[in-house]
Order: sequence, then C-alpha cells, then structure tokens
Amino acid sequence: MKSLESINEFVIKFANVNGTGSASANNLFAKALFRMGLPVSPKNIFPSNIQGLPTWYEVRVSEKGYLGRRGGVDIMLSVNPQSMPQDVREVEPGGYFIYDSTKPLDLRLHRKDINIIGIPLTRICNEEYEDPRQRQLFKNVIYVGALAALLDIDFAVLTELVADQFKGKEKLVLPNIHALELGHQYVKANLDCPLGIRVRKSDKVGDKILLDGNTALGLGAIYGGATVAAWYPITPSTSVVDAYERYAKRLRIDPGTGRQNFAIVQAEDELAAIGMVIGAGWNGARAFTATSGPGLSLMSEFLGLAYFAEIPTVLFDVQRAGPSTGMPTRTQQSDVLSAAYASHGDTKQVLLFPSTPRECFDFGALSFDLADRLQTPIILMTDLDLGMNDNMSDPLEWDDERKYDRGKVLTAEDLDNMERFGRYLDVDGDAICYRTYPGTHPEKGAFFTRGTSRDEYAIYTERGEEYEKNMLRLLAKWETIKSYVPRPEIIRSEQQTEMAVLYYGTSEEASREALDYLAADGVHLNAMRVRAFPFNDEVEQFMADHEQVFVIEQNRDAQLRTLLMAEFELGPDKLKSVLCFDGTPISARNIRKQILMHLPGYNVTPLRRERVVGQGE
Amino acid sequence: MSYQQPKFRHPSLPVNDLGYTRADYEGAISTLCAGCGHDSISGSIVRACHELSLEPHKIAKLSGIGCSSKSPTYFLGKSHGFNSVHGRMPSVVTGAAMANRDLLYLGVSGDGDTASIGMGQFAHAIRRNLNMVYIVMNNGCYGLTKGQDSATADEGSASKKGDPNPFGAIDLPGLALQLGATFVARSFSGDKEQLVPLIKAAMSHRGFALIDVVSPCVTFNNNSASTKSYEFVREHAEATGTVDFVPMREEITTSYEPGHSQEVTMHDGSVLRLRKMAEDLDPFDRGSAMMALEASRSSGQILTGLIYMDKDSADLHEVLNTSRRPLNTLAEEDLCPGDKVLQNINQSLR
Ligand SMILES: Cc1ncc(C[n+]2csc(CCOP(=O)(O)OP(=O)(O)O)c2C)c(N)n1
Ligand code: SF4
Ligand SMILES: [Mg+2]
Repeated sequence: MKSLESINEFVIKFANVNGTGSASANNLFAKALFRMGLPVSPKNIFPSNIQGLPTWYEVRVSEKGYLGRRGGVDIMLSVNPQSMPQDVREVEPGGYFIYDSTKPLDLRLHRKDINIIGIPLTRICNEEYEDPRQRQLFKNVIYVGALAALLDIDFAVLTELVADQFKGKEKLVLPNIHALELGHQYVKANLDCPLGIRVRKSDKVGDKILLDGNTALGLGAIYGGATVAAWYPITPSTSVVDAYERYAKRLRIDPGTGRQNFAIVQAEDELAAIGMVIGAGWNGARAFTATSGPGLSLMSEFLGLAYFAEIPTVLFDVQRAGPSTGMPTRTQQSDVLSAAYASHGDTKQVLLFPSTPRECFDFGALSFDLADRLQTPIILMTDLDLGMNDNMSDPLEWDDERKYDRGKVLTAEDLDNMERFGRYLDVDGDAICYRTYPGTHPEKGAFFTRGTSRDEYAIYTERGEEYEKNMLRLLAKWETIKSYVPRPEIIRSEQQTEMAVLYYGTSEEASREALDYLAADGVHLNAMRVRAFPFNDEVEQFMADHEQVFVIEQNRDAQLRTLLMAEFELGPDKLKSVLCFDGTPISARNIRKQILMHLPGYNVTPLRRERVVGQGE
Repeated sequence: MSYQQPKFRHPSLPVNDLGYTRADYEGAISTLCAGCGHDSISGSIVRACHELSLEPHKIAKLSGIGCSSKSPTYFLGKSHGFNSVHGRMPSVVTGAAMANRDLLYLGVSGDGDTASIGMGQFAHAIRRNLNMVYIVMNNGCYGLTKGQDSATADEGSASKKGDPNPFGAIDLPGLALQLGATFVARSFSGDKEQLVPLIKAAMSHRGFALIDVVSPCVTFNNNSASTKSYEFVREHAEATGTVDFVPMREEITTSYEPGHSQEVTMHDGSVLRLRKMAEDLDPFDRGSAMMALEASRSSGQILTGLIYMDKDSADLHEVLNTSRRPLNTLAEEDLCPGDKVLQNINQSLR
C-alpha cells in the first residue's frame, strides 16, 4: 500500500457524537492551522438533535487556497463507534483512519488499503480523570494534542490559542494544556510520527479572518443602521439575530441614558416577524428579519403586500435542505424560486447572493440602503454552509464617510413646497415614487397604504387601467433596480472559449477549484458569479456571449437555471445543470465530473452508478 | 370606490384647542351599507379625537381586512393609514410602534380578523402590552365575504341565512383578561355616550387597550334570531357603570356622592370618573372583572362599559428599555460604530 503524502494539502474529518463538547476542540484544531498561516475551511455536518447522534467536522486544509469541499477524506479521526463503518469506508485509499483503540477495532471494519492508527483515548482519559464530565470534555482536547504530534502542528501555537480562548477564565488554561500534552506525549512515545500527511508553517493567510456568515450578517445589520429586528427561531438562521443582539448590546446602548438604540422582538411566528418588519419599514425605521425555508413560505402573503404597497423590507434567508422540514441542519440553495417570485399575483423580489462572510457583511448593510432606495423587499439568500461555518474571509471594512441612503422621503418642508403629493406618482421617471413617514406634516402628505389597487394618489380604485398602469410602473421599477444591485463577477479563461460556468453563493469556492482541474483536463471555461436578481445587463451579455453555460447549484430542480430561462427566454439546450442536493456543500470533484459527463469525448463513469448525477461524494 | 369628503366648513361649527372642527377629523365618505354599525363607531372615533384635540397627523390608524378594516379610510383623513393583510394588523402595529414610540396607534379590526385568522397575533400583542388602542367592530359574522358565522357568534344565534350557530362564542374581553390585557372594555356601536369616553380613556392608557364594540351588520346579521342585532343588543346590554373622561387640562368641578363614584388619574394626567359602578365589580381587580363578565354572560346579558384597567403597567418599550428618542429618528452617528471598532472585531477573529 502506498500511503498518502502531502504537506499542507489535505482533508481531515472528525466523527463525533453531538452534545459531547467536541465543537470547541475541533475549532481549536482548525484555528491552530489558520494561525500557522494555512488556509482552512472547516464545515460542521450535524443532526437536528441536541444530544447523542453522529456529527462530523470536516476541515479542508489547502495552502493553494482552495476553500470549497474537495470531496473525499484523507484522514478520519473517529471517536464515534456508531458511525465507524461508514467512516472507515469514506477514507481515500492510502489515507489514515485514527480511532479510539481502548476497545479493539471490529475485524470487519479493517481495510488493507488504508493506515489504521489506534490511540487509546478513553483509557488515557479514564486514567487521568475521575469526573465523568471532565472525561468527556478532555477526551476531545487529548485527540487534538495527539493530532498535533501526528501532523507536526506547532505546539506553541496551540497553547497560545488555549490562552486566548479562555481569556477571563484563566483557571481553565492549564488543565486544557495538560490534556493537549497527554495526547501529544502518547503519540510521541508510541507511534511513528509525523504522518505522510503533515503541516508546515506558511504565509497564505495574510490579514484574513475566520468568521461565520451569520455573525457577519448580524454585524452588517448593525453597521447598516437596522434598529428593529423581529424574528422566530429557526436553524440555520437563529445565529444571525443572536449576533445582532450580542453586538447591539455592546455597541448600541445610548451612553447618556443606558437605553437601547434598537428593539428586538421575538415574534410568535414568521408571519408576525415579517409583519413587524413591514410595520417598522413603513414607519421609517430600518428593520430586518432572518429565517429559513419554512419561515419564507409563511411570509409569502406579507411579501406580496410589501412588493405591491412598496414598503422597504429586509429579509435574510439562510437556506437549508427542503422541502418541508427536509434536512433542517443540512445545506442547500433551494429557496431561489420561492423567494424570487414570493407571493401570489405577479410579484418579483430582489435577491442578493453573498458568497463569503465579507460579502454577508457588505450585502447585509447594503440591503438596508437598497430597501429604502427601491422601496421593496430585499431578500438576502445565504445558506447553512456559509451561515453556520467559519469561513476564511477578507477582513471587514467600513468607510466612515459613508452615509445611509434613505431613499425618496419627503420632509415637512418638501411637502410645503409642492403642489400635490402623490404616493404612487412617478415624478422622476425612474418608477420610484416619493413617500412620507407618518407624523411628518399636520396637513399634508398623509396617505393610505394598502394591498388593494389604488391610483397614483393612493386612493382606492378598481379601474382596470389604473391597476394596469401601476403594475407596469412596478415592472419599470424592476428595470431601475437592475442598475442598483451588485454586478456579477466575471473570470475569463486564459484560452478563448465558447463555454462557461455560472454559479452563485457557496458554490463559488468549489467551482473555482473545479475550473482549475478542468483546465488541467484541457477544458477551458469562462466563469460568472451571479450576485443578485434581477439579473443586470452584464449577466445578459455574458449569457449571449456563450454557446454553452453550465449552471452550478445546490438544489434538485436547477432553480437559478429556471430563473435565467424565464427572465431571458433562453432555450434549455444552452444551459446545462450541475447539481448537488444531498445536503452537503457541493465539491470540486463532483463539479468536474458532472461537467465532463456533459462533454462528448470525456466519458467519465460515475463513481456510484445507482445514484443520479447531482450527488456529492 | 371611496370619495374624498367635501371639505365644507360651516362657520359656526365648534372648534377644539387646535382650531380644528370635527370635519377635520373625518375621512373619505363611507362605502359601507347604510346603517352599518361600523360607521357609527367611526363617528365616535372622530368625536373622541376632536374632543381630545389630538393632532391628526400624530395618529396612525391600521387595520386588517374586512368591512370593519375598511373603516379607517372613513375617519382621520389627515392621518397615515395602513390597511394590511387579513388578521395581521397587530404585527404591523408592533413594528410601527417599535419604529416610532411617539405616535398614537389606533388599530381597527373585525371579529373575523381578530378572533379567527388573527387570533395568534391578537393574543401576542396583548401579551407584550403593546401601547395601542385596539377596536374590534364585532358583528358576529364575516360581513365582507357575505355573512358567514364568525367565532364570536353566540351558540344558537342565527344570521339571515337562518341556521343556528352550533359552536360556542369566543368572548374577546374575557380572553383579553385571561391574556393579561391592561385595559378591557366593551361597548355598542349604537351607544355613543358610552363609547366616546371609553375611546378617550383607551387613548390615554399606556399599554394595550381593547374595546370590543358590538356593531350590527345590517345586511347579514341584524335579524330577530341574531344575538348581534340592534334590537337584541339594546335589550340585553348591561353597563358596568358610567365613565366620564376628563382631559388633563380641565379642572374637575363637579363632585359626586362618595361610594357611587370613583376617580382615577391616568398616566398622562387625565382623570377617569367612574359613576354608578356595579356593586360587585372592581374594575381594578382582574379577578373581579372576570367574575362580572362570567356572571353577566351566564344570565344572558352583554356586559358593557369599562371592565378592567391596570393604569400602572409597563408597555413593550419600557420592557425593552428602548431609547426615548424614536428609533426612526436615529442616524449614522447613533447607529454606526465605525471602522475602528470593526478593525478590533477583525483582530479578534484571527
Ligand atoms: C388570507 C385571507 N383569507 C380570506 C380572505 C377573505 N376575507 C376578506 S374579509 C373576511 C372576513 C372579514 O370578517 P370580519 O373581520 O369580521 O370583518 P367584517 O367584514 O365583518 O367587518 C375574509 C374571510 C382574505 N382577505 N384573506
Ligand atoms: S356587509 Fe355588514 S358589515 Fe359589511 S358594510 Fe354591510 S352592514 Fe356593514
Ligand atoms: Mg365581522
């Protein structure tokens, strides 16, 4: 058997039981590599359950800077007997399977083509600790110490990290370092180390940060001036409001009075949550809600009201695997269509697709400017992968000169200087009308907001021509919107080509990596990352410029492809789907394989024939 | 269609402290059926706001969907209005109130809008003691969808269609008391003398103020077998007492026999004078209010008037400790922590 060998390029996966405190130990591991200057991309794969079920933590380590899922596992660290059969199977030939050897490994699990490494974690732990809780917690820390020896991680970086992690709780520092040493010493004394796969200090991290998308969104809402947050708990969006609250309590308390310059209401359901956001937006405050698929479905009626009555509304949708409750703790990009056309009647909603924490922060803050400027719901589409995992990202930045764009709002003075105010009158020719906040002027500017049809002066009408005129103006506004939403990011291949890939959100990293693989295969593709809906002119041009476009997405029904076909009236032949919808983030190998399968002459046999394309591996 | 009310001002119309006549508080001409109870309630709202000299633009009127929810178009034409979606007005008011605590929020709803589709939001607005006036124009039926029984229709009551309602009624004041409402009253659209002071008191109350107003639907539910008809309500209404509302700036001159009357000062300084109160009701005691409601109901009567009030309750803004400056007036300097703070945050993420 030939063992895998690599420095600073590998995938390691931890198989744990949820509720056993493994998360912080696993974080410690990933952060240590990050501090050694190595790009890392950790992903939690966890059940919808509080205690007792299998959970995994997969870390991609890549000095080359590939942050998406590669596919395959080089090192498996298994401390969960429940999932062991599956975990052994996943290891790449030549890879390493590290397990708790306190109990001998079931003979049926042995594989000849991988390295099996036993460390008696439970025994070391039980010999050292009496208290069952300590035994459980420190077992996790011990395996990190063991990995430090196996992979040649700088031990000083680990101890420094522990000190940082327990700042304020200094009593915990030494016991944790001791546990790290227990694992480290055992490996040094009993095993060959380091392994063929190992790490070495590098300088590929620069000023980057490790941050989850939901925290970045919460911060984006703080910086974007949101004062009202209304929400109903749902994974994977909950931590957006948690982060907003945590930072608001630090950064938004009025220094003079101690009062809050924000209001958070935990609503009775998502209908109420979006109703509150709409009420606050109508009344001139910046407001948002965060939810996931089931909540988005419930918000549908209200989203139509906000579209039709033109009320600034911000909604963060952290997508998970549907339909219905689906796989609530797994990732997908499957709310695209239901968000884009949310609500009955002819509606179209503005969508933003961030793909990094930095973009979550930027687009999060931008949402409030766009909502005020465009007077319509802004739905930011992120997902569990981006929202709940630490992602390596450019640092956050804020231009202190920046002013909020509050859009077309009339003051009492404006009203005094005008002939007659018409709430739905297109004065400027951009199809965006002027509005007033309640309470602005004693005599002028009051109007009735409603979801029923009305004329340009907001007076109720059922005259078909008036209704139609208003609906056409909303369509004209849709055109205006195209010039405000973020433009796509286009990457040209080094070689002239008629073929391209199109991706959005969290498919970015794996797609870029797949493009490199494909180039090595001799397949050259241009690439476009779509960042918003409506699609602006650049998107249209790019589609026109290519014969064949592979649309990469994480859902079953090729939802963005459908949207492109509907909006540009493109034929189905031009757009080919590259899909993954098993609830794990799409991987680079999977993308490469699916694209090659579409190309004549590149007959790749799917790894598992019984499964259709679109599965992760 | 609705029409703008002609603004003809008779020189002798009485003006209030702001120089406004009652016409200044009116809205578009109603398109409801002639004789609909909802129009009378709109009239009482106009009268209460005029007499209180409220600045119309400092009131926001919001509603759901239904004939009742249409009525905000027909009063307070100088106020911003919001006709939202069926049963969801409370959440819209909650957001609006969070954005600007300085306006007076007047919510108008129907019995279908509140007791069926909107039950959840109604309950939770009460639970949060949202600072608003919540008027239910209660006709025991869905007027706008042509007269189906609603959840407040009494068991055995029959609308024009003729089938007696087989289900028990949800009693909104009783439910509100249970949920912790801090101001609960009931009235009748045909009794302005009772309703106007109750609206004024509700507007002065800090916290959630419910007025359930029985408001007959002349088109679908005003027949002899209905317990929400004009005739039935007139015969069976039983008032808890008489409420006089004395605004803060008026001096109290008349005095009444002790024992029969009671005066309470509201948090804004106005005074409520309760006269001829029923012996067995203490409107400041929730338990007593619940018992009185139940006693009245079991004897086949409709208890009206002020049923319960807690004048010292903390509203949602107090609970959340939000800024006294309305949140919608805060700007970048109050809201945005700036780049330096962000750089420190970045540093903690490396
Ligand atoms: C989601 C939704 N479902 C149903 C309707 C149809 N609808 C309109 S008004 C109404 C009932 C209104 O009853 P109520 O609130 O008692 O008002 P009323 O007309 O009796 O004053 C219904 C069911 C609607 N507008 N929206
Ligand atoms: S249908 Fe009934 S509730 Fe509706 S306007 Fe006519 S009388 Fe009033
Ligand atoms: Mg009704």
